[in-house]
Amino acid sequence: MLTAIAIMALGAILLGAMLGFASIKFKVEGDPLVEKIDSLLPQTQCGQCGYPGCRPYAEAIAKGEEINLCPPGGTEGVQKLADLLGREVKPLNAEEKPKQIAIIDENTCIGCTLCIQACPVDAIVGAAKQMHTIVAKLCTGCELCLPPCPVECISMEPVPETLQNWKWKHPVFAIKPVPPQKAA
Amino acid sequence: MFQIFKFNGGVKPPSHKTQSVTEPIGVAPLPSRLVVPLHQSIGGTPRPVVKTGDRVLKGQLIGEADGWISAAVHAPTSGTVRDVGMYLQPHPSGLTAASVVIEPDGKDEWIERVPVDYRKLSLPEVQKALQQAGIVGLGGAAFPAHGKLVAPAQNPIDTLVINGGECEPFITCDDMLMRERAEGVVRGTAIYRDLLQARQVLIGIEDNKPEAVAAMREAVARLGEDFQVVAVPAIYPAGSAKQLIRMLTGKEVPSGKLPTTIGIQCYNVATAYATWRAIEFGEPLISRLLTITGNVERPRNWEVLVGTPIDELLALAGPKADTDGVIMGGPMMGFAVPDAQVSIIKASNCLIARSPGLFPPNLPEMPCIRCGECARACPADLQPYEMYWFARAKNFGKAQEYHVFDCIECGCCSFVCPSHIPLVQYFRFAKSEIWARERDKQAADTAKNRYEFKLEREEREKAEKAEKLAKAAAAQAAKKAAEQAAAEQAGAAADVAPSTATTPPADDPEAAKKAAIAAAMERAAAQRAAAQPQNTDALTPAQQQEIDQIEARRAQAGIAEDTAASEKNQP
Amino acid sequence: MIQSSPYVRKEASVTRVMSEVCLALLPGIAVYTWLIGPAILLQIAIATAAALAGEAVMLKIRGKPLGLFLSDGSAVVTAWLIALTFPPLAPWWLIAGGTLFAIVVAKHLYGGLGQNPFNPAMIAFAACIVSFPALMSQWPSQDLHLAFGEQFRIVFGFTPALDGLTAATPLDALKTALKQGEGSASVATILANSQTFGHFAGRGWEWLTLAYLVGGLWLWQRRIITWHVPLGFIGAIVLLSGGLWLYDAKQFASPLFHLFSGGVMLGAFFIATDPVSGSTTPRGKIIFGAGCGLIAYIIRVFGGYPDGVAFAVLLLNICAPLISLLTQPPIYGAKDGK
Repeated sequence: MLTAIAIMALGAILLGAMLGFASIKFKVEGDPLVEKIDSLLPQTQCGQCGYPGCRPYAEAIAKGEEINLCPPGGTEGVQKLADLLGREVKPLNAEEKPKQIAIIDENTCIGCTLCIQACPVDAIVGAAKQMHTIVAKLCTGCELCLPPCPVECISMEPVPETLQNWKWKHPVFAIKPVPPQKAA
Repeated sequence: MFQIFKFNGGVKPPSHKTQSVTEPIGVAPLPSRLVVPLHQSIGGTPRPVVKTGDRVLKGQLIGEADGWISAAVHAPTSGTVRDVGMYLQPHPSGLTAASVVIEPDGKDEWIERVPVDYRKLSLPEVQKALQQAGIVGLGGAAFPAHGKLVAPAQNPIDTLVINGGECEPFITCDDMLMRERAEGVVRGTAIYRDLLQARQVLIGIEDNKPEAVAAMREAVARLGEDFQVVAVPAIYPAGSAKQLIRMLTGKEVPSGKLPTTIGIQCYNVATAYATWRAIEFGEPLISRLLTITGNVERPRNWEVLVGTPIDELLALAGPKADTDGVIMGGPMMGFAVPDAQVSIIKASNCLIARSPGLFPPNLPEMPCIRCGECARACPADLQPYEMYWFARAKNFGKAQEYHVFDCIECGCCSFVCPSHIPLVQYFRFAKSEIWARERDKQAADTAKNRYEFKLEREEREKAEKAEKLAKAAAAQAAKKAAEQAAAEQAGAAADVAPSTATTPPADDPEAAKKAAIAAAMERAAAQRAAAQPQNTDALTPAQQQEIDQIEARRAQAGIAEDTAASEKNQP
Repeated sequence: MIQSSPYVRKEASVTRVMSEVCLALLPGIAVYTWLIGPAILLQIAIATAAALAGEAVMLKIRGKPLGLFLSDGSAVVTAWLIALTFPPLAPWWLIAGGTLFAIVVAKHLYGGLGQNPFNPAMIAFAACIVSFPALMSQWPSQDLHLAFGEQFRIVFGFTPALDGLTAATPLDALKTALKQGEGSASVATILANSQTFGHFAGRGWEWLTLAYLVGGLWLWQRRIITWHVPLGFIGAIVLLSGGLWLYDAKQFASPLFHLFSGGVMLGAFFIATDPVSGSTTPRGKIIFGAGCGLIAYIIRVFGGYPDGVAFAVLLLNICAPLISLLTQPPIYGAKDGK
């Protein structure tokens, strides 16, 4: 009887010590889950999810926030988050738009620098009373520059399709034989 | 006896080659106009150096190479530039891209051609010369040839393989090139052998081209070279570089790496010939051999100028009544041309007029029964049905795990599939989606870095500002203290300027801020005064007008600033 | 829809593959008819009809085009295999029910052609042998020569199958004799009983399995199947039975007997080679075939059923995805490219 208790106690102490040691030696700094979630988000920093940037949203998701609040990530982003966190896939709570970039109408721009301050990724080049222009490659389509512009010279346009970014479409197969059509 | 190795898989489609080799190479007449696309090779797009209205000579530079992996583009004939703009490209997408339209003047006048003495030049100089001559791989990939000319010191090349395979059905342009111009091919090969310092040269030709094999052997012997001309079994795709290398040397190019890593470099016969023309005669690449075959009356090989519209070329061959389209390239890897108005580029090697009899429409796609025929046919030893399942499910991570990027898109798998699944289309879809995702990921990473930097910068600016404020406040306080002390010493109340009436203690941030703002406003007023035109007594009307305009703009800006400020201050 | 390359195709289709499988089964069917009588043809007809009917109904429910999928022949092959593995004098409703179960449950409920993880014919066999063990073990004796009309009436239930009609299969006989003999009887003496056993295996049945072998070899020559699965299957049987026979010839029958009894030949060439439910890589196929042979032999000799091919195939179907995953062949230019 006593030996049984002694063995159980010894076992408990041993396992406890191992766990304690492991929790100190292998402690991970920071919250790696938030990093993983952040790397899945599109980094548009647009705020459409209600949080001021993608990192705060990632932190909120780690605490239990819904995963379907990010329109730039699209339904595929929701799927990826669901896969990572093991949560249910829900439909996006906003309409999914194709990727767009902002463009400044240079005839109307007055050089007020308000859009430069608003852009979260510094994609607008310009200075006070100088022409402003948006670097298309850096623009994420977050639309944060549209409200501050006092002359409303910024508009969103879909990304143009060039030979460099053209994609093959998923094959659509006919159940009945159809003659080959000219490419659209 | 030369040992020829085998590669796994491969198929034997009917070759349809005999009909286009009955006539010798013809020289295509000058077309009515030439639409020369600027982007004709892998890599950067050349910048146009001509504009509408310019007169150009044959071989004149019209597109300057952009970066290292890029080749120059030249005018195929003398004439006038009619337009530099966006024109339909010979690409399955049907998109437009920058092209130069030249109207020939019929004189076909050459520029001054300067041969390249490659033996006297350093390797970088020869590379520059080839890049300026616009030499790209003419086997179909159109990679700039100078980019493949590796420095022997860094990358020793043991074997130079010259690819005369031409395994696709219908295509016979390399066959005719070797039959009629074998000497040029051999001389071009010798140039590459000298530049790469290759120990041995192997020329691989499929054994369904006995005349070409004989012509090349005869040329090699006549020129006293020691190249080995090897007739390889005619299985598609024996003309694929990786497969030919395996057949001739028994070595496999490691996945994801270049042949140079195992000491082998591979060039097409037509590229060797074009290189010889560029080096020996100073001729840039402006024309190439093209097979026009299929549903036509007179299938034949023609020497055509780059930029010739397809409809004019097809007319040379006499398309039959039931022709319903054109395939550029071969039937296994080519694409249906979106519009007959597009023109030939350097990579085009064949035009096939299609008809429902020659190329029946796709049968309906049945479900995959995992029979494994595709895996047996794959020359790259891949498992196409696995890649198909994952590409179809859009599970691109798994598709990459099953090596979808090692697929050479040869079409053997689609050829044998009993369920008529267009497998290669799924793989192309998967590859372009994965590339798009990679671009998106890079853009997202860049955006994230820039966002974090911006936050950092704003923090830094705030900190600097606070520091400056604190310093200014401290300086003000010190100044006041000094002045007070001086005033007390003088015994009289000093006439202090109203803006510094109260002596704000150094640790009163609100008052310090007000003091700083007042100081700034004084400075701004001083600046404005300085910016006003000083000698306004004797102005010309033009000068006065200019000043008025500036004032108007300033006023407009001034008003805008005020309203913005007042908007901000609204609760 | 943009049709992309290649624009040429080999003359191949699912229908062609399935037709060749049916052709390869004809020698076996011919010998079967010669041995037992035309009942087997009746069973084949019933099974085919049930299979096509079941497939048509399921396709309609799933909204797929009937003409395309009914003509691909896969349901017909399943039906023929069921008819050949069930007892030839089994009642029509057993055959029809089993076939319907195979087509509806084992094939269409999993997604239809190309999506079934289990071999549908073996699912039907396993379901029926577990649900109707008595009916499924009533194999006709070799001495019976019933007229077609008599067979028709038995199959359709107008005349009950008399005890005198049925006899134990050779494997069954061997198993029971060994158990009853409890060591005193030896395989050799049992096999000498010429009532049940013939020249190298069960009397009469040996010619049937030989005919299946001939058909299977033809199928291999036509490149419809590869040599991997049959070699694995037969190799495992030969190695295992040969080893045990050499160890104790009194308790264990010779490899020749095992190869030509029961469902080994049919299983090795026609059932385990089902591409949809088996392993897909060459090495994987060998492992799959060997696993089937191993488990079939174990069930035969040490297990409860006289023949274990069906269960062996089903068990290996479960392992097939893992086998495929672990036996992926190296690609061109793999890390250790020559």
